[in-house]
Amino acid sequence: MTTVDYDLVIIGAGPAGLTAGLYAARARMNVLLLEKAVPGGQILITDWIENYPGFPEGISGYDLSEKMKRQAEDLGLKIETAEVHSLNLSEKVKQIILKDRTITCKSLIIASGASPRNLGIGEDKFFGKGVSFCATCDGPFFKEKTLVAVGGGDTAVQEAIFLTKFAQKVYLIHRRDELRAAKILQERAFENEKIEIVWDSVVTGVEGFFAVEGVRIKNLKTSEERTLKANGCFIWIGILPNTSFLNDSLKTDAYGFIVADSKMQTSVPGVYAAGDVRDTPLRQIATAVGDAAIAAVSAEHFIESL
Amino acid sequence: MTENIIEIEDDSFEKIVLKSDKPVMVDFWAPWCGPCKAIAPTVEALEKEYGDRMTFAKVNVDENPISPSKFGVQAIPTLIFFKNGEIADQITGMVAKEKLEETIKGVL
Repeated sequence: MTTVDYDLVIIGAGPAGLTAGLYAARARMNVLLLEKAVPGGQILITDWIENYPGFPEGISGYDLSEKMKRQAEDLGLKIETAEVHSLNLSEKVKQIILKDRTITCKSLIIASGASPRNLGIGEDKFFGKGVSFCATCDGPFFKEKTLVAVGGGDTAVQEAIFLTKFAQKVYLIHRRDELRAAKILQERAFENEKIEIVWDSVVTGVEGFFAVEGVRIKNLKTSEERTLKANGCFIWIGILPNTSFLNDSLKTDAYGFIVADSKMQTSVPGVYAAGDVRDTPLRQIATAVGDAAIAAVSAEHFIESL
Repeated sequence: MTENIIEIEDDSFEKIVLKSDKPVMVDFWAPWCGPCKAIAPTVEALEKEYGDRMTFAKVNVDENPISPSKFGVQAIPTLIFFKNGEIADQITGMVAKEKLEETIKGVL
């Protein structure tokens, strides 16, 4: 093989990327981790994590990401801030095209994660003005205010409960007549006097002049529409994969999540996917780090076989 | 936390930020905000590079509620760039070093 910059490049420094980096560093691979913003990924916007084993009192998303980062860096992992523009995976040597240069590697782990999905009803003009995806960042600005939270999964229910620390009332808008969240979270939501769940409903608009003043909702069963007076609207209706750099170079599912086998290998040999960006039945920190350990060891075996 | 990043309070905001000769970047943050802590090293690194041409400051929104509400800050981290007492640019949310550096250059 001609000169290649790295044995392994990892894209993304969330729990999956940092774990892959940890394993690769311990395997003494020549490895580089690329992160477009700051290490941590989505757990940075999670106020409290209590389903990751080893922290019986729970841990903040920031603290957990710092610990993961420190553990990997102490073992020699190099993390660089750079956004991947595109990939060229057609040759044996994989090319990663950045803004200012191209780097080459023998194998690649994509752990670029996912981002919160928008409602797509023009709410983006209120970003930073009451529309938010991050309760831990923005919740405390709404002391004694009324808020709307949208969604019915773990994130929506947990973060809606968190918002009641500040808000006097939180409407939880969910399009079905039952929640998907873990039962323990549902119990807490039902017991919380500040939470009013609005069933079978979707958000159709966000109203306000400078900032959010109301949220328009529609009942899907009766088609009745009304506006809830609210100062903020927090959206947790799922995620979309961060794969804009892929350009169809890998097989993905209908939603754009990368398809991988039980060794985390994608449709291109030597290219692996781990964590939320992968087509997987469950997206948790616990599953992301599991994916990543498998992907890193698979990459190591792949390089040895070259 | 770098000592070169000035801690501003509601009382000192006008004097240090609005009446400054140099452009000022104000980082609205709070101790409970993970993303704020996550971007702090990026801000500190850029202070070392641009600190001679721009004042780098931060406001703890928990202890100083007036300044953020005056400038409509409802989300953190928010970085507001002031020039001659007026808002020249603004970034909300986690930001990569490259984007932040571009914004700083644009304001200077």
